Amino acid sequence: MSDVAALPIREFARPRRRFRTLRKLVAHRSFLFGATVMVLLTAAAMAAPLLTHIDPTAMQVRFRLRPPSAAFPFGTDAFGRDVFTRVLYGAKLSLWIGLSVALLSGAGGAAVGVVGAQFRRLDPLLMRVMDALMAFPAILLAIGLGAALGPSPSSVIIALAVAYLPRTARLVRASALVIRELEYVEAARVSGAGNLRIIWKHILPNCMGPLLVQLSFVFAYAILADAALSFLGIGTPPPAPSWGNIVSEGRDYAVEAWWIMLFPGLAISIATLGMNLLGDGLRDVLDPRLKVEG
Amino acid sequence: MAGEMLLDVQNLTVQFRGDAGWTSAVENVSFQVGERECLGLVGESGSGKSVTALSILGLHARRTARIPSGVIAYRGQDILRLPTRALRKLRGGEIAMVFQDPMSTLNPVLTIADQITETLILHQSLSAAAARQQAQRLLDMVRIPDAARRLDEYPHRLSGGMRQRVVIAMAIACRPKLLIADEPTTALDVTIQAQILELLRDLQDELGMSVLLISHDLGVIAEFAHRVMVMYAGRTVETAPVRALFERPVHPYTIGLLAAAPRLELDTDRLPTIAGSIPDPASIVPGCRYSPRCDVALESCRNLPPAMGSAEPGHLARCPPRLAALGFAA
Amino acid sequence: MSEPIVQVRELTKEFPVAKGRHKPVMLRAVNRVSFDLHAGMTLGLVGESGSGKSTTGRILVGLTNASSGSVKLFGHEIAGANGTRAIQAVRHRLQFVFQDPHGSLNPRMRIADAIAEPLDVAGGMSRQDRTDRVHELLETVGLPRGYASRYPHEFSGGQRQRIGIARALALRPDFIVCDEPVSALDVSIQAQVVNLLLDLQQQMGLSYLFIAHDLAVVRTISTHVAVMYAGAIVEQAERRELYRAPAHPYTQALLAAVPRMTPGRRAEAAAAGEMPSLLSPPAGCIFHTRCPHAFAPCRVDVPAMREITPGHAVACHLYSAAASQAA
Repeated sequence: MSDVAALPIREFARPRRRFRTLRKLVAHRSFLFGATVMVLLTAAAMAAPLLTHIDPTAMQVRFRLRPPSAAFPFGTDAFGRDVFTRVLYGAKLSLWIGLSVALLSGAGGAAVGVVGAQFRRLDPLLMRVMDALMAFPAILLAIGLGAALGPSPSSVIIALAVAYLPRTARLVRASALVIRELEYVEAARVSGAGNLRIIWKHILPNCMGPLLVQLSFVFAYAILADAALSFLGIGTPPPAPSWGNIVSEGRDYAVEAWWIMLFPGLAISIATLGMNLLGDGLRDVLDPRLKVEG
Repeated sequence: MAGEMLLDVQNLTVQFRGDAGWTSAVENVSFQVGERECLGLVGESGSGKSVTALSILGLHARRTARIPSGVIAYRGQDILRLPTRALRKLRGGEIAMVFQDPMSTLNPVLTIADQITETLILHQSLSAAAARQQAQRLLDMVRIPDAARRLDEYPHRLSGGMRQRVVIAMAIACRPKLLIADEPTTALDVTIQAQILELLRDLQDELGMSVLLISHDLGVIAEFAHRVMVMYAGRTVETAPVRALFERPVHPYTIGLLAAAPRLELDTDRLPTIAGSIPDPASIVPGCRYSPRCDVALESCRNLPPAMGSAEPGHLARCPPRLAALGFAA
Repeated sequence: MSEPIVQVRELTKEFPVAKGRHKPVMLRAVNRVSFDLHAGMTLGLVGESGSGKSTTGRILVGLTNASSGSVKLFGHEIAGANGTRAIQAVRHRLQFVFQDPHGSLNPRMRIADAIAEPLDVAGGMSRQDRTDRVHELLETVGLPRGYASRYPHEFSGGQRQRIGIARALALRPDFIVCDEPVSALDVSIQAQVVNLLLDLQQQMGLSYLFIAHDLAVVRTISTHVAVMYAGAIVEQAERRELYRAPAHPYTQALLAAVPRMTPGRRAEAAAAGEMPSLLSPPAGCIFHTRCPHAFAPCRVDVPAMREITPGHAVACHLYSAAASQAA
């Protein structure tokens, strides 16, 4: 046979196959950090009734606009509601909105982007629709949709998912257009692979990196956009708390009662950071080329 | 000034920061380039030939590369200890470089005139009008037809061969004493390659330049170089006058490389091969780096780093067993 | 002689090139190319960039379609209106080996899955059979079976090219188009891959269309050689004949331009200038703008392919009877 016995290639310690992805995730420092943050936030949101005995919607007018103290660690708002309690209860809704919007616009955008890139005849139509959607600022589009659907958390989710979909679709399409010209896709075609297989096995997995990073931003935008929508009366309807509407209600008191905006704002920042690190980590671990340092 | 060597590199080691700390891409490499001489640097990927060339111009990033030892003496002064300003003056002035890919050397948003006059204005403080005139003369020198019209075109309008001519025009703009050409014809078609090599040879005579030619193509080296240095995995394995190297190679790697290259003038139905693959810099054996692939390697080869030995005047090889077998005292 | 497995006649491929706001101009990348390929033979298709050699190879495996002409593979016409359906019938007998050892493997697919892709698409194989076949293919191309579960980035260029060849062999094809399979490899690795292709051909009776710009590599691997220039075949002959007695001035220039490994001997820049733009090709012989022997008819008439000795055809007015009278 061939005159060359190939020499062993670079040997580095290879973990047992079964849990390799899991091990890589655990070994990834920023993923671990991001995941911890997200788990803690989620746990806090779930355990809100155990962590505080105050009703998040209960108004105590005599304690209006109290600064942070032992009794009210995050202070109180204009209606005398405990901001700590509201931030805790708001976490559930805000995380849910962020996650659902990210997943929905990710799935929808990936589908539109890949179909556009792979089926060239549909592409002009799909992209014109996306351009039309993108011509409106995302928030304006969400306002329109939100108004049409009526104020409820699920209409916020649908409106925002549609609003952020075009950007995701554009991003996926751009990567897919590059990937479909690569030789491994041609190799698949020579082997008789159909469009579905090419999309599923070759194009989508190789689009994941930029997509995951984009989605971690969408997650953050969605939480913030909920605030803007609440402000306009379309977002999460008060008095139910979400981080967004706490911030927007606090805006009127930004100078004299800074704590109303600060604490939910911090919560949004922390969640965004956690999600970003988590997305980065997932991207790295799913890419076999990147070695993960322990 | 000692001797008539234009460039004298001694014990150059270049290291890069990697996953496992610093690894040497080039180790203890020494060579000289004389006035009007062409030294050919030949090797496969990972041999360190391009890294060596970039070191001469001080083009490695400080953060990821370091040169822990070595002297690069250009006309007697050590480039490695030169202040940045003086180095920049040398670069593009007395020492010029031509890279493999002309498209990435040329700025796509500048016209040909802009790219060439930039060097002239920078190094020779010419006026804009004089620089433009000089640029046209340079395009004539590199035999670009209709130079006056070409001056105002953008790089993407030119073919690969024409682009490489523009890059050469830029390189010779300040009449360099040393031209470093890193795979200057690898991206070109063979009929265009022949034209460019002819041009480089004529320019070398005309301008009295020395050339450091880096190539993986043994044919190009055989044609162009006066002396040749063969590199493998970051070390010099053999250095010799061009005729001696091609006719009486000593190192088993040189012999293998010459045999493995398919020849235009022979009908062969099989090529002699070198087994195995090029070593990864991170997994290098302590002794001779070629020993895992060498079919005449001894036990000692794998453990002891071999020393350079002399076969005939100016012909050195890093293979004591072969030198001994050929009757040259190690 | 037996029926050829590949029969190409007058194959032409045009690409629309958008020029600003004007209506697209047609670029003729492949211009009336004809050749036969018999079982067990290797046709070396040589040319410089823009010669149309890769496009020709891509048409043969259905990666792009022909504009006109005929391509018969194992007796099935694939260039006509029903080409897409016809190629499905012969798909399992054709394969392609790509140039770029880095781009031709999906970075997120294990080697086993990459090699088994043609098997998976064809379907109907048990898990155990699939694994066995992958191991067998790895060994065929000289790689240990233990590599199956690794990812492409762990391999060197030469090893990846072996993996690409293993994938091409999965369905036991009869005919493989190799598009510059060794030009991205180092000299010492290139020789290994060339020998591997030669060994496989002997063991399995494969036929190759070997596309390359390197005349020395083509000489090693081919039984027959066709030289392409600006979309057309200008010369075609059995290997020994072509290198011994190149007839077309372009072939001569191409051979003269290759640097030899003999110090003191210089390659010649025998063809002046560069290949003309295919958007506005010159009239007559397309090589006349660079040809040292061009004379009056070359600027007017397109030379036809003509046999000068049995099996050696050339498209050049220097060899036509009419030309010798005119001169």
